[in-house]
Amino acid sequence: MMTKSRMLALAPPVASLIVAFVVSSVVLAISGANPFTAFANIIEFGFRPNTLVETINWATPLYLSAIAVAIGFRMNLFNIGVEGQYIIAAFMAAQVGHVVSLPPVLHVGAIIITAMVTGGIWAGLAGLLKVTRNINEVISTIMLNSIAVGGVVSYLLGVWDVEDEGLDTALGDIPPSGQFPSLNWASDALVGETRSNLWGFVVVAVVVGVVYHLLINRTTIGYDLRATGSNPTAAEASGVDPRRTIVVAMILSGMVAGLVGLPELLGSSHSYSLRFTQGLGFGGIAVALLGRNHAAGIAVSALLFGWLGRASGVLEVRGDAPREIISIITGVIMLSVVVAYAVAERYKRAEEARAAAALTASNGAANGGGPAEAGAAS
Amino acid sequence: MSGRRRLVALIVLGVVLLALTERYAGNVTGGRAATDDLTSSGTWSIALGWSIPILMAGLGGMFSERSGVVNIGLEGLLILGTWFGAYGTLLTGSPWLGMLFAMVAGGLGALIMAVATVTFGVDHIVAGTAILVMAPGVGRYLSGLIFPGYGGSITQSPTLRGTSTFSLPILAGGNLFGWESPDLLGSIEDSDVLLLSEAAGILRGFVFQMSWFTLIGLLAIPLSAWVLWRTRFGLRLRSAGENPDAADSLGIDVYRYKYFGVIISGVLAGYGGGFLAVQLSGLYKEGQTQGKGFIGLATMIFGNWRPGGTASGALLFGFTETLRLRDPAAPHALLLFVVLVLALVALRALIQRRFRVAAGLGVGCGLVAWYSLAVDKVPNQLPQITPFIAVIVVLLFATRRLRMPAADGQIWIKQ
Repeated sequence: MMTKSRMLALAPPVASLIVAFVVSSVVLAISGANPFTAFANIIEFGFRPNTLVETINWATPLYLSAIAVAIGFRMNLFNIGVEGQYIIAAFMAAQVGHVVSLPPVLHVGAIIITAMVTGGIWAGLAGLLKVTRNINEVISTIMLNSIAVGGVVSYLLGVWDVEDEGLDTALGDIPPSGQFPSLNWASDALVGETRSNLWGFVVVAVVVGVVYHLLINRTTIGYDLRATGSNPTAAEASGVDPRRTIVVAMILSGMVAGLVGLPELLGSSHSYSLRFTQGLGFGGIAVALLGRNHAAGIAVSALLFGWLGRASGVLEVRGDAPREIISIITGVIMLSVVVAYAVAERYKRAEEARAAAALTASNGAANGGGPAEAGAAS
Repeated sequence: MSGRRRLVALIVLGVVLLALTERYAGNVTGGRAATDDLTSSGTWSIALGWSIPILMAGLGGMFSERSGVVNIGLEGLLILGTWFGAYGTLLTGSPWLGMLFAMVAGGLGALIMAVATVTFGVDHIVAGTAILVMAPGVGRYLSGLIFPGYGGSITQSPTLRGTSTFSLPILAGGNLFGWESPDLLGSIEDSDVLLLSEAAGILRGFVFQMSWFTLIGLLAIPLSAWVLWRTRFGLRLRSAGENPDAADSLGIDVYRYKYFGVIISGVLAGYGGGFLAVQLSGLYKEGQTQGKGFIGLATMIFGNWRPGGTASGALLFGFTETLRLRDPAAPHALLLFVVLVLALVALRALIQRRFRVAAGLGVGCGLVAWYSLAVDKVPNQLPQITPFIAVIVVLLFATRRLRMPAADGQIWIKQ
């Protein structure tokens, strides 16, 4: 029984990966590439030391983004605004990091706090709109995304642009005291020397994951969150203030979202420019869905997406297909995993109903048989 | 006042305020907001074109949500429309067939969404996000494969030719069987009579140098109103979004109507995207939708899930976007227009003795007035984010006037 339910839990993600595999083979075949050589290329390239380091680098922001999304999901809040929250947060953090001068550790601390506060405020706005005016958080975060990226960041980037940098519109650089040390000694020890630096921010991501796990499963806030998520009426009856919980959840989600841009900012770019990576917020939704909102599940799924994202670069190099196939695969995984969970859920329910029916039937037979036996005995 | 007379009164008032703003904006700001683009027929004719993609996305969202499925993937469907519109035009040499490609592509994208949300009962937002993630990738992927062969690149297609434009005879100087008719509105616009010339300018914008695709897009407004509120099909589709259980008990195939709603939304959004690429821009270019799908979503909410309101919102936002592109001083003048509107609404609230609302609006009006008089140049980004701010403001203050379909966004599974 145990193994069966465990299989049922693992079936949806596995099924969705198979679907993604099939769909991408078809896409590759249509574009004239041989899917098998393409996948062989991906696997060969994907396990080079350099790709492995890059995988971790790209899994880190995806992981943080997915945790931010998952905090909302745990209480049925859809924070689709992680995208805008992390971009505005990284932007503000980059400017603060550029402007202030502090000793090494404090400097990084100031940048991280700026990012978390900015993300928290931006998401908290949506939370406030929801509890005070009953505005759906999906609508408000979509609008806040556009306001953040197309309005605030775009405007201030023009104002704070460092003119002497030349071609690219960019903020000023963060000095070395505000940069996060890389973990090259670790990657050197594990996979050998590589061209890429292993961004140290992965440590922060791990801490965030542990805190998330403990917060959700071991604290009152986490309990309130989960309770409100699974049954708001019952939660309210047991003394949970749903309005407060909504705002707290949104702020927490936004604070984590604020961290999403930092691995790149503190690890490699050291400045915000028009080339800063976008789309991690939507990517995080896919990662959270595949990882089932579970701290460890999200880690596995973030690594998978990070690996796919990096390894698929080889397709372009070898001329098999443009690397954008990865966003198609991401979308396919997203859809197929939720479809697979929906199907599994229906199957489970049908199975339970059948089991219950069988149970009542056998009970009925036993009860029905009782008097007859008694009668026979007497 | 009946709804129609109220609308006419509002339009007249809007034109008067716009005309006054245009006349005096330069004076009160020391020339910084001087413009004559607020009511020129050139501006309004272009604004009409730019509002079509927003309109189609908004009407598309309306069909989907009227059937009970929230469609936040509109932006993605618009992108599919831009790419396939451009590709179809290149492939067949006909912009008409290109638009057909765009509509089919949008419809197929929406079909994916319908299968997930309706058949499998997946969360609508998740499905919409998947479309949002996929569509730009599809665009870039296909561009890389196809467009270099036509002389384009991985981010854009070669230039395309849309349909020709026409002007209405007599009113806007159009050609009638080879006869060069007079340009009545044009001469009134040039006359410089207060209010009259401005009104003529705006009116001329709607009948001057219009493309066939614009006309078809505009026809979608009354058509969708008729389909949704005057036909049996529309009644059933709306019943699926209002109360699917009741609809089901009456023997209506709820799943089928939800499928229709979602697919129609994709076809309309595809048309909007195709229009953007084929007619407006004359090429496919990566990122050219610039959030128009989201603006469409905003106008739909803004327009209370109704065609007329959605269309007004689309025109308004198409107008602000056009102004931004035409004249850097025009958005500044538009801000003064907003001051006038806010002042009037505050006054109305005062007369109705809703003092708290009046005070709030008054403060807002004062702040905007102070800002527009003090600032040298209004940031270029302001018109761009206006739709998003507007929808939040509307949701903040007019929630009682808005009514979304009762079962909108709910996952419905037949028992």
